[in-house]
Amino acid sequence: MTGIKQPPARLAEILRTCEQLAFDLEFTHAKAWRKAADDRLLVGYLPIYVPREVIHAANGLPVGIMGVGDHKRIIKGDAYYQSYICHLPRGIIEMALDSNLEDFDGFLFPAICDCVRNLSGMFKLAQKGKFTRYFDYPQNFKEHIGGTFFRELIETVESDMFKLNGVKVTPERLNHSIGLYNRNRSMIEAIYDIRQEFPWRLSAVDTYYILRAGLVMPVEEHNAILEEVLELIGLDHGEAMDNIRVVVTGSFCEQPPIGMLKSMEMAGCYIVDDDLMLGSRWTQGDVDDTTDDPLGAIVTAFLEKSPSSSAVYDVGNPKGARLVDLVRHRHADGVIFCAASFCDPALLDRPELQKACDAAGIVHINFQFHENTGQFKVIKEQAGTFSDSIKLWV
Amino acid sequence: MAEVNEAVKERSMVIQKEMLAELFTELSTAKEKGRKVVYTFVPGNLTELILALDMLPVYPEINALQSGMRKKSASYIKDAEKMGFSEDVCTYVKCDIGMMLNGNIGPTGEKLPDPDLLLLSYTGCFTFMKWFENLEKLYPGVEIAMLHTPYQEDGRITEDQITYMVKQLEEEVIPKLEKVAGKKLDRARLAKMLENSSKAEDLWVKVLHSAKTVPSPIDSYFAGVYYMGPLFTAFRGTERALEYYQELHDEIMERQAKGLLPITPEGEMKEERFRLLVEGPPNWTNFREFWKIFYDMGAVIVASTYTKVGGVYDQGFRHDPDNPIESLARYCMGCYTNLSLPQRVDLLEHYIKEYKVDGFLINSIKSCNSFSAGQLLMMREIEKRCGIPVGFIESDLVDPRYFSYANIKNRLESYFQMLAQRKSILAQQPTTEKA
Ligand code: SF4
Ligand code: SF4
Repeated sequence: MTGIKQPPARLAEILRTCEQLAFDLEFTHAKAWRKAADDRLLVGYLPIYVPREVIHAANGLPVGIMGVGDHKRIIKGDAYYQSYICHLPRGIIEMALDSNLEDFDGFLFPAICDCVRNLSGMFKLAQKGKFTRYFDYPQNFKEHIGGTFFRELIETVESDMFKLNGVKVTPERLNHSIGLYNRNRSMIEAIYDIRQEFPWRLSAVDTYYILRAGLVMPVEEHNAILEEVLELIGLDHGEAMDNIRVVVTGSFCEQPPIGMLKSMEMAGCYIVDDDLMLGSRWTQGDVDDTTDDPLGAIVTAFLEKSPSSSAVYDVGNPKGARLVDLVRHRHADGVIFCAASFCDPALLDRPELQKACDAAGIVHINFQFHENTGQFKVIKEQAGTFSDSIKLWV
Repeated sequence: MAEVNEAVKERSMVIQKEMLAELFTELSTAKEKGRKVVYTFVPGNLTELILALDMLPVYPEINALQSGMRKKSASYIKDAEKMGFSEDVCTYVKCDIGMMLNGNIGPTGEKLPDPDLLLLSYTGCFTFMKWFENLEKLYPGVEIAMLHTPYQEDGRITEDQITYMVKQLEEEVIPKLEKVAGKKLDRARLAKMLENSSKAEDLWVKVLHSAKTVPSPIDSYFAGVYYMGPLFTAFRGTERALEYYQELHDEIMERQAKGLLPITPEGEMKEERFRLLVEGPPNWTNFREFWKIFYDMGAVIVASTYTKVGGVYDQGFRHDPDNPIESLARYCMGCYTNLSLPQRVDLLEHYIKEYKVDGFLINSIKSCNSFSAGQLLMMREIEKRCGIPVGFIESDLVDPRYFSYANIKNRLESYFQMLAQRKSILAQQPTTEKA
């Protein structure tokens, strides 16, 4: 025996459940929740951000649809997309054409790129869901201009849901939902904080399972899981390795295959922050849950507390500087740029982000992937070389 | 088939050439004369506002397409890729940035002036935002104004969207333009320009509609991109543009009356074998070769969606001098790439019927997700609704690596064969069946 403390058995159990839920493309858990009462609704949303609080307050379950990864074979989807379009939408169309998304009442397509935008139209043409909305959040951040528009946008979704279940989003209900999601985000951040200090207690892949599972279950259940996880990773276990610390950025929409994340970790990189589940961590800090106008609080939080993202106009708040701040905050040694192939938003941001890293003396490496990439040998080698060079020279 | 002779220079072409020459001369002396320069995009452009404030517009997309036509785009794109831009992203952006890295030399061989203002009219394409975020960093200290144009996701323009746009225009965009111009906007002058725009738009629509006649006097795609130039870019709202469209209109009406066919770079077409509707932008690097494949086969493009990226005027929109700011807002939201997919399919279906179209062809552009994502579903929908032969080719705007002449020619030849077969079958059927 080496004296290394083993991870608590309960943690392993939670991780197994979360992994299974995260990649259940039949959304069994969410559909079962929906069936338990007539006025419940399932609202699927694509990356990155929608105000889940509002859906929750309208007695809906916001279900994150993050693509099929390498968990479903694309048979029909490829016939809908040219080879030079990223992989995510073809998997989503495949699910829509199969039975995976049956029982969903509505779909929201956040305004992050033209692929997602046009996918919203494809859902409309294919008549999927009882409502389909392109969620065109504002790129103007003045309260009375962009804020008013955003409020109206959210009210449209509220009314879409009201027409289906008759549930009114009262201030009390919405404040309650905001509180639950505040708690959810603050626990997620607490997990990242613990991992920053003790990254070996919970791997990046395990963190990913936990966060992604949160996309398909009620926030109350996810909060219970997060509470337990926080407690378990607060306990000393595992052993520090001679790894470097990296921030992974560019994977906010199409998700890298798990094998890719594992390869990075195995190559000696502790991923101490990332934008994989950015939607679950969107608002930086709490949304006020004590006002008479909770919808206004959500709007203000979007305008003032959104994170650095390729989907948000960055003039006046440049993403490069924000990435550098994040690297410093996490005491990371370098950045791994990791974007889906053909992802215009991520790839068009990359040169400026790299420039900002160069100016700040932060080393970086660059990968591109498809969600169903199956070969990781090269990635592992390159990440290994990156890690070794940092250990040697930085 | 096209008759090979000296290209006929219509008077409208001469006017357009002069207009462009004057613009580039003005641009080349802008800095010394203290004229302010605004970089902006074609879809949802606010040209009348820029011109009413005596500033000069530059359209990076046009720079890119001209670089493509002048065979300069390949090296510009490579330079941008060396700077870190991925091979996967929109080549207009890379071509523009590559051109900038190489001194920003315009089509006349003179340097284009740096921008005093980047006017991000964010209409119908997400990449526009990324493009100008990049330019803002490449021109440190440049002023930038953002106009977020909401998408017609529900197949219509809503009151909330109009209010949002008008507020942005009144409270953010116009004040920023005025600041850079150093003067107040003369609203009467703007109204006069919008009146000119509206008159030119009427004439433009008549030009487009001329293609409804059989045979069509114009090619609405390959020649259409020249015809649309003044209205979609730096001249909308000017007397000069009005003069151009009057001339173009008169020429085309005359051609129509005489039963003449479209003019091509090799002279006038003598036969209209196929009437096509094309979805998607053309390729610029091999524009002439691409066009030739069509006119050699007697294929005329009678309607196209690309000639609607700067406004879908043929569906009724006009700039409105009595309601200037709201009409600018409506204009931005109404451009083709800002329409939802169901709206796009409806419009295609409408064109197929109105223009007596024999075949529907998609030129799917690698660079452009705004156009391309969803096109294969649109194609199926059209096939289902209209029952006409559909064709699909792939190329790129300005990256010659993605234009395979042999491949495209082969595909088009098979497509034309299919159209010919269908035509002969239809011709053998009794008239009632055809209907
Ligand atoms: S991966 Fe990128 S391009 Fe593809 S849908 Fe997502 S944001 Fe859009
Ligand atoms: S994506 Fe399309 S519309 Fe957008 S800049 Fe590129 S070519 Fe133009």
